[in-house]
Amino acid sequence: MAAALPLAVLVLLLLGPVGRGHAEPPRDTLREELVITPLPSGDVAATFQFRTRWDSDLQREEVSHYRLFPKALGQLISKYSLRELHLSFTQGFWRTRYWGPPFLQAPSGAELWVWFQDSVTDVDKSWKELSNVLSGIFCASLNFIDSTNTVTPTASFKPLGLANGTDHSFLRYAVLPREVVCTENLTPWKKLLPCSSKAGLSVLLKADRLFHTSYHSQAVHIRPVCRNARCTSISWELRQTLSVVYDAFVTAQGKKDWSLFRMFSRTLTEPCPLASESRVYVDITSYNQDNETLEVNPPPTTTYQDVTLGTRKTYAIYDLLDMAVINSSRNLNLQLKWKSPPENGYVHYQPAQDRLQPHLLEMLIQLPANSATKVSIQFERALLKWTEYTPDPNHGFYISPSVLSALVPSVVAAKPVDWEESPLFKTLFPASDSSSHFVRLYTEPLLVNLPTPDFSMPYNVICLTCTVVAVCYGSFYNLLTRTFHIEEPSTGGLAKRLANLIRRARGVPPL
Amino acid sequence: MAAPGAAATDLEVVRGKRAALFFAAVAILLGLPLWWKTTETYRAPLPYSQISGLNALQLRLTVPITVVFTRDSVPLDDQEKLPFTVVHERDIPLKYKMKIKCRFQKAYRRALEREEEALSLGSMQEAETVLAEPQKQAEGSLTVYVISENSSLLPQDMMSYIGPERTAVVRGITHREAFNIVGRRVIQVAQAMSLTEAVLAAALADHLPEDKWSSDKRRPLKSSLGYEITFSLLNPDPKSHDVHWDIEGAVRRYVQPFLSALSAAGNFSVDSQILYYAVLGVNPRFDPASSSYYLAAHSLPHVINPVESRLGSSAASLYPVLNFLLYVPELAHSPLYIQDKDGAPVATNAFHSPRWGGIMVYNVDPKAYNASELPVRVEVDMVQVMEVFLAQLRLLFGIAQPQMPLKCLFSGSKSEGLTTWELDRLLWARSVENVATATTTLTSLAQLLGKISNIVIKDDVASEVYRAVAAVQKAAEELASGHLASAFIASQEAVTSSERAFFDPSLLHLLYFPDDQKFAIYIPLFLPMAVPILLSLVKIFLETRKSWKKPQKTD
Repeated sequence: MAAALPLAVLVLLLLGPVGRGHAEPPRDTLREELVITPLPSGDVAATFQFRTRWDSDLQREEVSHYRLFPKALGQLISKYSLRELHLSFTQGFWRTRYWGPPFLQAPSGAELWVWFQDSVTDVDKSWKELSNVLSGIFCASLNFIDSTNTVTPTASFKPLGLANGTDHSFLRYAVLPREVVCTENLTPWKKLLPCSSKAGLSVLLKADRLFHTSYHSQAVHIRPVCRNARCTSISWELRQTLSVVYDAFVTAQGKKDWSLFRMFSRTLTEPCPLASESRVYVDITSYNQDNETLEVNPPPTTTYQDVTLGTRKTYAIYDLLDMAVINSSRNLNLQLKWKSPPENGYVHYQPAQDRLQPHLLEMLIQLPANSATKVSIQFERALLKWTEYTPDPNHGFYISPSVLSALVPSVVAAKPVDWEESPLFKTLFPASDSSSHFVRLYTEPLLVNLPTPDFSMPYNVICLTCTVVAVCYGSFYNLLTRTFHIEEPSTGGLAKRLANLIRRARGVPPL
Repeated sequence: MAAPGAAATDLEVVRGKRAALFFAAVAILLGLPLWWKTTETYRAPLPYSQISGLNALQLRLTVPITVVFTRDSVPLDDQEKLPFTVVHERDIPLKYKMKIKCRFQKAYRRALEREEEALSLGSMQEAETVLAEPQKQAEGSLTVYVISENSSLLPQDMMSYIGPERTAVVRGITHREAFNIVGRRVIQVAQAMSLTEAVLAAALADHLPEDKWSSDKRRPLKSSLGYEITFSLLNPDPKSHDVHWDIEGAVRRYVQPFLSALSAAGNFSVDSQILYYAVLGVNPRFDPASSSYYLAAHSLPHVINPVESRLGSSAASLYPVLNFLLYVPELAHSPLYIQDKDGAPVATNAFHSPRWGGIMVYNVDPKAYNASELPVRVEVDMVQVMEVFLAQLRLLFGIAQPQMPLKCLFSGSKSEGLTTWELDRLLWARSVENVATATTTLTSLAQLLGKISNIVIKDDVASEVYRAVAAVQKAAEELASGHLASAFIASQEAVTSSERAFFDPSLLHLLYFPDDQKFAIYIPLFLPMAVPILLSLVKIFLETRKSWKKPQKTD
């Protein structure tokens, strides 16, 4: 902004009669909720939901006045005649096998599906414009949605909200699997929240922690819902959801304990004054089989039991609007401790840093007899910098072998060894116990083929073609333009003159 | 050497020469045009000469004025000469490449019976209602009624009167030079009601060199097809203040009438929002004397940026957005006042930023805190707020306070807050600005295309350019003939077409094609082919020169 000027306003307008705005009950409500679920694998899932309900018909009213509902999205609904909009940005993949069923899964990358009102005449045009506008709002590459990645499902993706007709020609669905989700997508998403990130649960939404997770999914769902039980009029519902899965092993060195502060590096200090409901649910279902008990601190005042996703669950409820929850210690830092019988497992993992240090994974495992143990590590192939390729990059890159050090129980008890007396081959490793012996095994090195780019292919082709053309042309040209005639061998040459010089020096008559 | 052998070799040499010449000829006649044609960028022809002609365009702004003489306004023998037309033309001195001339075309005529009756009524208001009834006047035109010297229609000390519509009244005179004197008075009134340097300078602020005219305060919103107006209530402290505003009623009552009066200048859409926890970017200073907080004038520019990120750009349209923020300061910083440059608090507690919008600080009545516990319910007084915002809206659109000539009575605005001639003046300014913008866009496009030969010019871009040029010329013609409405429409079309041509993405397709890459591709083919041809041409040339010289020597 160039400059701002203080303004001395002359009251020159004849303003009409004044009517006081009569107070009416707020037409929009906000509910926020955080569900923390310790997952069977030891990870922790946190699911935020912010639900704004607006008792207004966005499509009818000409001048729009927004309170809790964000203006940017409200304008979209009325301009593009949307009936439903579902947009999600996801990094990572929800591993149902380890983590159990999710509340709401989303595909990796960006997903957008929209139901338009049946008053829309050119659905494809609206869809194109809408995806461009959303791309601007959420700083994502949604503008790459075009006819090549848009489909109109006919059986799946029924409207989730109130719908009186389901003509599938008004549905559009697109996924961009390559979309990378990062802070620039989270910031505009946070701006849509009425309390921004200043109060309430949204305080916990700190980008640098939310993206150090194994799964991050943020979504926006807009749909019409019934305003009352008899469904005489409609309201608009905006649900903003964000689910993250924290990798407990990396962040807590193998312990399953967590606290709000450790996960989000923030604690809850005050409720959002605009929210009519603001709660934290902690899943304290004891699904364990090995006598693990958990302890939540501070202890919950109420619990909630219900069947969710097919299993009976118990949740501890913390209501932020209840003054007692926060007032006791000025802030709320939920902590959960697992009290389990001491385990003798040990896992040490040191992640790699590019071009600085390799990965290190050490595990101390007690193997049951007659069993096969498989340790597998997933990796991604990446392109190196072009100067880092070896001269024969297609040969592959070696990964050093894994090491297995084991104390193997001996079949026959050995006599204690006298180090100086016994043969040398017996004293390689110190034996602490005569009932077992030490073995160290190495696996084969792994040869990994990395993708190798062809650095100069186009130019090579050009050069080769041009050279072939030039060679053909050159010989053709020579044949046609040169004249060939036989030349008499000349009487003297350079060799002869040189020989004569030498001969003169020697005093011999020249040739 | 044997003679027949020499003859055969000579024949061979000649044949070789011919072959080399033929190669060169094929390469030059066939190869070069083929290469040229296949690697050429498509450039549709553009009206370059017309575009450069636009720069020297003379804008002649004609204001048609009808001057109506009542029965005894001027001496009788002068009245015999009526009707006739006088043209008053003058240059507008602006440092702009376009010459702008202002032309007041005064058509003098006698009053009709009906007009005589109306002007003999008791008061100006009655006279106006009677006069206003017949057909609407065209946009941009003015009617000036000349009444008799001692008519009681105006207060005795007033010489003229400017109405809210396109009419004015001037006192006549019985004098030998009556027409000249009246004519001067008419011009004075007409200038106040239509074109002045200040209006045009503000309209051309972007195109003028930095001088006294283009200082910051005279920089109205750029002309556009439409505008979005957003009212935002900023409540940084929802824990202490529960702020309510009746924005729907206020928009309906105060903003919509004003905007519908302005609707000729563009489309308007209005919306509002409430933003919580949105703070200004500057920490106000505490003044212990009055136990209040102050925002100094020099810190105001820093206020806007942090707020703007929360405002949310209008996602659904491309029109410029005008933001009006009502800021209710947090409890810890209230009351909050804005200081002007001298350190005195600004009466309205508001400021505006040209081309962006306005901010008003609304302090909560301190008595409210005693009565109840937090949060305090605050009902915003929308009349107070809208007075400020509408005044800011006028300023942002460049509708300045009218400058009245001496001894002139001004009726005041209509209830919408805008007189018809103020709207006309806005349209004049906008038309001139549009013509200037379109001309600049076209000129820079032509320059750019001339400078960078890699740019593809497609046919549709070319047709937009032609359309823009034609529209500029049409706008200039319509301005010269005094048809303001059609001139404004033509000028808008000129801007739209020229911008569409300028920002067409197809212009950029081949833009990045550096020369070194071109050579890297051409050299492997062209060098081995060109070198033998050139060498043999040089050889042939040298030999022919030698054989030309030889006969001379024998002479």
